[in-house]
Amino acid sequence: MQTALILIALAALILGLAAWRIQGQARLYEVGFGRQLATTLSSKSFQLTLAGFVIFVGLWWVTVSLLKLPWFNRLPGPLEVVGEWLSPTPTFGISIYTKDYYTHIFYSTYRATAAFLLATLLGIPFGLLMGWNKKFYDYSLPLVELIRPIPPLAWVPLAILVLPGSEPAVIFVTFLVAFFVTTLNTLLGVESIDDNYFRAAKCLGASNKDILFDVVVPGALPFIFTGLQISMGASWFSLVAGEMIAAQYGLGFLIWDSYSVIAYPVIFIGMATLGIIGWASSALVRVVGRRLMAWREAELSGGARAEV
Amino acid sequence: MAVMRKASLATRINQKLASKSFWRGVTAVIGFFGLWQVSSMGALPFMSAIPTPVEVAQAFWKLLFEPKYWAGWRDSGQRVFFGFAAAQILGIPLGLGTGWKRNFNHLTFPVFELLRPIPPLAWVPVSILFWPTNELSIAFITFIGAFFTIVVNVLGGVGSIKKELVYSAISFGASPSQVFWRVVLPATIPSIATGMMVGIGITWNVVIAAEMIAGNTGLGRLTWEAYLAGYTPGIIVGMISIGLAGYVSSGLVKWVSELLMPWKRIF
Amino acid sequence: MNANNSAPVCRAADGALSVRDVTKIYDPEGVHVVALEHCSLEIAAGEFVAVVGPSGCGKSTLLNIMAGFDYVTHGEILLDGAPLATPDTRPRPGSDRVVVFQQGALFPWKTVLENVTYGPVVQKQLDQSAAETKAREMLARVGLSNIEKSYPGQLSSGMQRRVEIIRALINDPKVLLLDEPFRAMDTVTKSASHEYLLELYNATGKTIFFITHDLEEAIFLADKVAVMTTRPGHIKLAISVDLPRPRNYRMLASQEFLRLKSQLVEAVHEEAVKAFQAGEREMA
Repeated sequence: MQTALILIALAALILGLAAWRIQGQARLYEVGFGRQLATTLSSKSFQLTLAGFVIFVGLWWVTVSLLKLPWFNRLPGPLEVVGEWLSPTPTFGISIYTKDYYTHIFYSTYRATAAFLLATLLGIPFGLLMGWNKKFYDYSLPLVELIRPIPPLAWVPLAILVLPGSEPAVIFVTFLVAFFVTTLNTLLGVESIDDNYFRAAKCLGASNKDILFDVVVPGALPFIFTGLQISMGASWFSLVAGEMIAAQYGLGFLIWDSYSVIAYPVIFIGMATLGIIGWASSALVRVVGRRLMAWREAELSGGARAEV
Repeated sequence: MAVMRKASLATRINQKLASKSFWRGVTAVIGFFGLWQVSSMGALPFMSAIPTPVEVAQAFWKLLFEPKYWAGWRDSGQRVFFGFAAAQILGIPLGLGTGWKRNFNHLTFPVFELLRPIPPLAWVPVSILFWPTNELSIAFITFIGAFFTIVVNVLGGVGSIKKELVYSAISFGASPSQVFWRVVLPATIPSIATGMMVGIGITWNVVIAAEMIAGNTGLGRLTWEAYLAGYTPGIIVGMISIGLAGYVSSGLVKWVSELLMPWKRIF
Repeated sequence: MNANNSAPVCRAADGALSVRDVTKIYDPEGVHVVALEHCSLEIAAGEFVAVVGPSGCGKSTLLNIMAGFDYVTHGEILLDGAPLATPDTRPRPGSDRVVVFQQGALFPWKTVLENVTYGPVVQKQLDQSAAETKAREMLARVGLSNIEKSYPGQLSSGMQRRVEIIRALINDPKVLLLDEPFRAMDTVTKSASHEYLLELYNATGKTIFFITHDLEEAIFLADKVAVMTTRPGHIKLAISVDLPRPRNYRMLASQEFLRLKSQLVEAVHEEAVKAFQAGEREMA
């Protein structure tokens, strides 16, 4: 059973890595997948990457499961974690076959999404307004600078007190981080727009409103999306802390609760799940950004750009 | 325009006082505190749980004479310092290595990318399990917070070094190690500085949360205890102190990075 | 490309600019910089005037004031006799004086066609489809027929600048303000761009105010070359170029061209030395 599991995990790891590499490569000409797989598997860089993973998992296994070194022996080994994660009858009640696992995922995703969307919906207009209207900028920037240095997580106690219940409090602190990141990146985006675009638009007879939609918004978009990616990461960051401190469900809660009830493999399942969801959500923002900024893709890929 | 001479301090202060933006800022800040005071005094129902600025100031004044408060500064400061320093000591070489040595990159970077999306605070339980003391485990989590940031920034910095710089060093006869020490390292310093600036902010964030979750001391813990005791002015004093601490340490990092980059200094 | 078969210049009825005793003082953060002082220049309707001078002499300042991006401190500028810039009027850019910028300011997020039609559509002078028809027609005239769906980032700098000039001309401005548009181009692209510009000038007869520090370019293109002094800038010398139109590249080697060039070289060199010394003084 154990050996089979190891072999399956290894094969999955190798194939997964290879597929990941292949989709990341620029395809110059069409080659069959089998051919590509063969080239990738035999390339030195791929073998090194594979070696990196094997060493990582191997070290984990050797220190924890094989040698049971002091300090390390308190942690679960890789096989325990993977075994528990994939087990239809998990010892500690959490695996891909249990409903609870998805309940926690659902709660975390729901909170992160709500906070992120709220922050985006409020932060982008706020940042645009700051960049577009000097008066608004003068009034709001000192306030932003006054509140921003306080780490969002320091808001948790106050948020629990003021807001009804811990659920809105957790969403609020998550929102707060994302909001500042989005606002400031949007502002930075507007400030990064070359003055000449504004001047050109005015020369061509654009009104202030035209300038907002034809210059400010598209010009700030690259920075806005950079901001949204950071904001997504920051949302997960503070969500986990919020859930550990003050929530009933969610992956952060799961991790902390598993620690309290000595269900150690579940801690690792929770961490890995957070990593996967966090990565996927950033990737999603990136894809949307690319879709919206076709002009930028065209520019970066060069086209017929002959001279400077 | 050719080089502009900077005006004297007095002129600059005068101009600041004459500028509209400055007074708008002052108005906004005064308005903020005024609104806070009025609404906490009972104008807005949900704000009634929040103490007024005056009460907060009084509580702050009282705390200034309590050794426990300063011990909080010291403990949080230490955790931030050690976690942050360890992240730089390990992260900068790792970033340089992955950026400069292709094989090393293939070996380590994918593993690094696998671990990076895990939020730092998700490491709390593992850290407590692993490290023998509470102090070490909190410092480890702060380390995680700053580590990924610095590595990513250094890596990006190495990637953006102009090829011409390296080629010209080689054409002057520099050996690979000279290229690394004399060109790659100095050219990466701006990215290191950026990474440190971002990292120090994350570090404070992490330390506060870690202290709330698993600490016995520190500014985060003081804030949390004020919450548990239902002492609301204490919560806000804690938040302000944490903000100040973050502000001071960012200032320090900025100062150090300017010392390291005399060519970027603005007079 | 085919400058020889162009129609003779049809002089425009309007677009005369008159710069009268203009002084411009910048005063940011207590630094007193006199950019222009007692600067005067007459530009007739339909005239092509090039201004040369050392870097930082105030050429762009003058252009920015004409465009309506900045105030004058003293003096005035008239457009067809009406005040355009005085110390009391609020500067206002408008589609009667369109600027083509040094680094180029085509909106990178709009396609070529969207860029060119932007002016008429946003001013509600033409509806989208009429503007597109006109844009296509004008683009075709400068050999840019198949790129309307491209983004500016996909074009060479020569093509970008042509598109930008068309984006300006489609508004039928009185004056075209060109701020070193062909700087940082290689020689081949530059001379091709010159021919396209001359052809457009011949066809439209717009007044053109052209800033450059390339003397050959100035002589080759303009009816009048004005030399600006180092800061504080004023027009030190204005030389008429009597080379016949349409111009062609052979004129670059003509006696008349060389005579004008040597005259300008003297004047500009003197200013360049002054500017250089002033720069060193300020650094010290």
